[in-house]
Amino acid sequence: MGKFNKTGKREMPALNTSSLPDLIFTLLFFFMIVTTMREVTLKVEFKVPQATELEKLEKKSLVTFIYVGKPTAEFRKKLGNESRIQLNDSYAEVAEIQDYVIGERASMREEDQPQMTVSLKVDQDTKMGIVTDIKEALRKAYALKINYSAQPRQ
Amino acid sequence: MANGKRKVPDINSSSTADIAFLLLIFFLITTSMDTDRGLARRLPPPPDKEQKDQSDKVKERNVLEVFLNKDDQLMCGGEYITITQLRDKAKEFIANPYNDETKPEKYDKDIPFFGNMKVTEKHVISLRCDRGTTYKAYIAVQNDLVGAYNDLRDELAQQKWGKSYANLDEDQQKAIREIYPQKISEAEPKKYGEKK
Repeated sequence: MGKFNKTGKREMPALNTSSLPDLIFTLLFFFMIVTTMREVTLKVEFKVPQATELEKLEKKSLVTFIYVGKPTAEFRKKLGNESRIQLNDSYAEVAEIQDYVIGERASMREEDQPQMTVSLKVDQDTKMGIVTDIKEALRKAYALKINYSAQPRQ
Repeated sequence: MANGKRKVPDINSSSTADIAFLLLIFFLITTSMDTDRGLARRLPPPPDKEQKDQSDKVKERNVLEVFLNKDDQLMCGGEYITITQLRDKAKEFIANPYNDETKPEKYDKDIPFFGNMKVTEKHVISLRCDRGTTYKAYIAVQNDLVGAYNDLRDELAQQKWGKSYANLDEDQQKAIREIYPQKISEAEPKKYGEKK
């Protein structure tokens, strides 16, 4: 029965992996699109309060963040435990907020400017005095749409 | 010797997968998928000097005053309450279901879908806090006030269309917003009882 050639072992054919890069690339593109990179390094610690009646913050590019909280451990020696405001990458005083917000708004496209939202990420143990000062500064800068950042409570 | 064309050797592409994997992992790590959530509010425009007199013309019965002191104690309409009572109190004030004399006045108003309704158009909830109040307590109060409005709007939407407020279309939502307009005024804080 020389019909079947049984010499040599049958080898498993190699799986064709030529389309693997394409698969990975599609995944890659997905993540590239949904990614929003954090632009600032946080210099304050905050834990936002909890609430139930929350709304989603939409259009990230129109949102300006203001962080308020205690300085992180490495700055605490220099600055103490008092709550501080952080704009972009540095600590700021209340008086600087107005210019900052106006500057941020000027960098937006004109049709987007009325949609500008300021998100306040404030630590839950902060005193209201500093928050009120910020609110006053925002009013003066005509940034009236604000959003108190909070976590959903179950 | 040089017979036929020379074939260009294929570039070995087996490592593209590895390169793509590296990039993929980088983006996986840097991605923050969390969506920011929060209480959306609108601040009043900065005060004009000439406008100042107008704001005082609101009648007393149309105002619900909510105070928070530096120890996070809550006072609403002249009495101490706890945070859990606030929502019901605010709802009763906004809707004024029994036409109470001490609650806000109602005005006739024509509203699409509903026809002529009595609306507590001029009510204001005035939220005032001390400079020493904690942010946590302040947000809890804000949350319950917004919650009171949301509850009322939901109840009305269920009654009329059998759907929750969020599922209505834009015109219907607008009609309901006209019946229960959100009016929370955030006055500047006073320095009551702060230690000097």
